[in-house]
Amino acid sequence: MKLLSYIPVLVVGVLLLYAAKDFPEWGSPDAPASKSPVSSHFIANTGVDTEVPNMVTAVLADYRGFDTMFETVVVFIAGMAVLAILKNSGRKKLVKREFEVDAEPDLIVTNTVRLLVPVIQIFAFYVLAHGHVSPGGGFQGGVLMGASFILVALSWDLETALIRFPLNWTTILGGLGIFLYAGIGLLSMFLGGEFLDYSELANIFPVSREMARYHAMLGVEIGVGLTVTAIMFSLYANLSTEGRLQRGL
Amino acid sequence: MGLALFNTFILLLLVVAALLALRVKDLLTASVVFAVYSFLMCLLWAEMGAVDVAFTEATVGAGISTVVLIATIFNLKRKSSD
Amino acid sequence: MFEDGTIINELLIERLNYFIYVVLLLIGLHAMIAKKNLIKKLIGMSIFQTAIILFYVSIGVKEGSTIPVYLPEHDPHGSHSVPSDTNETSHFDHGPVILDSSLVKGYANPLPHVLMLTAIVVGVATLGLALALCQRIYQGYGTIEEDELLAKMESREIRSKTLSVQIPKDQKLPKKDELKKEKSRSVSKSKTLSASKPKPKGKK
Repeated sequence: MKLLSYIPVLVVGVLLLYAAKDFPEWGSPDAPASKSPVSSHFIANTGVDTEVPNMVTAVLADYRGFDTMFETVVVFIAGMAVLAILKNSGRKKLVKREFEVDAEPDLIVTNTVRLLVPVIQIFAFYVLAHGHVSPGGGFQGGVLMGASFILVALSWDLETALIRFPLNWTTILGGLGIFLYAGIGLLSMFLGGEFLDYSELANIFPVSREMARYHAMLGVEIGVGLTVTAIMFSLYANLSTEGRLQRGL
Repeated sequence: MGLALFNTFILLLLVVAALLALRVKDLLTASVVFAVYSFLMCLLWAEMGAVDVAFTEATVGAGISTVVLIATIFNLKRKSSD
Repeated sequence: MFEDGTIINELLIERLNYFIYVVLLLIGLHAMIAKKNLIKKLIGMSIFQTAIILFYVSIGVKEGSTIPVYLPEHDPHGSHSVPSDTNETSHFDHGPVILDSSLVKGYANPLPHVLMLTAIVVGVATLGLALALCQRIYQGYGTIEEDELLAKMESREIRSKTLSVQIPKDQKLPKKDELKKEKSRSVSKSKTLSASKPKPKGKK
């Protein structure tokens, strides 16, 4: 069995290395991926179309907005599936295992975290809001926000974190994020454009068509951020306690 | 040349980290080495100009997925047979 | 050994990224096939995934290009950015312009970055789902080693079969009978169902 497993691995490896000599020159600007009209269009026209300096954000939330919307839905569904799989499944008796000890949360750790968590959360908001100009955006900001709650859960215990962010909020917030995303898309559809064609929002807001896309992208990123925050925390809370939501890691 | 050397160094370290993460029998060590692997990957992407991908990998790959792995191993057995 | 034009030079010097992506992909693939521990399999899956992402980002690299964020001279909000040199204020005062192809070469390709950014986040969500399934398997069978798991599943299957047939001595013979019985049962069921279904439609 051990030797047998090398056969598919070697076959795949030989095929891939054989194909590797047909790859374009390393770092060449004439490579097919870089020369394709799509990416050239994105680089050349993002500034004119949306006035967003960070092309990655513009492509993520505007040009490929439909894709990103369903990626967010996938994250949401995965979070809900974890909730459904682990709900009412764990050991009910809460037997203490040999490595579990009763200990107070450490003073130094809790005080450091008390100072650190607000900074992390402000940084998360900064990353979310400044994603148009610098690296960042909804996914990164949401993950940072979720990580700040996980940090609270790690340094105190899960109950303390769940008081600040109850688990039924995560379902609501996750759904709300997707509704915000789809709502902006539907609003632009009702205003006469296509689904997720944000420039139509200029009809109801006092901005130019380009700046309407700029600001609608921020709304979309907030939606993504809400969903990712909620799902990341719910993933941790469920996985560390087998769905019991008490006495976790 | 300096950047190419940096690139080569990280690529070789990546292979070492990947092999080590799959070699160790303690799953906790494996997940921590996997975090190192993710962070090396993040450095590589920052060097290749993919700053957004590097940021995402640093928060998600090195942060959340390690925490989630360790949270699972806390509820399972820590030793692995291979 | 490392002269120009040889295969080793091609793979190890000029296209090290492509070579390492193949190596990492094979490490991940081998772990997914050969490792017995489910968590190790999942770590292998993640390594496989990052290898693919490495490939995608590698094909989007351009030599001597900057990150895909507009430089101050191409910034659509050029008048907002504060120039370091006061003499150049007029240079920064402009609206957005369509870049021509020579300037396009100066920026890294944003499309692979976008595709891979979402792939990483979806990757961690699916990893969480897989870990939840691992926990359920551990609760059900008390192990996450594949061989032990298969042995336990097999013994459990045999036990449930012997219980349902209630003739533990000859397990092979009743199988066919049962299958036939089940088949006939299901056929008769479907017949009765199909017979009973059209009636209300006919009434209407």
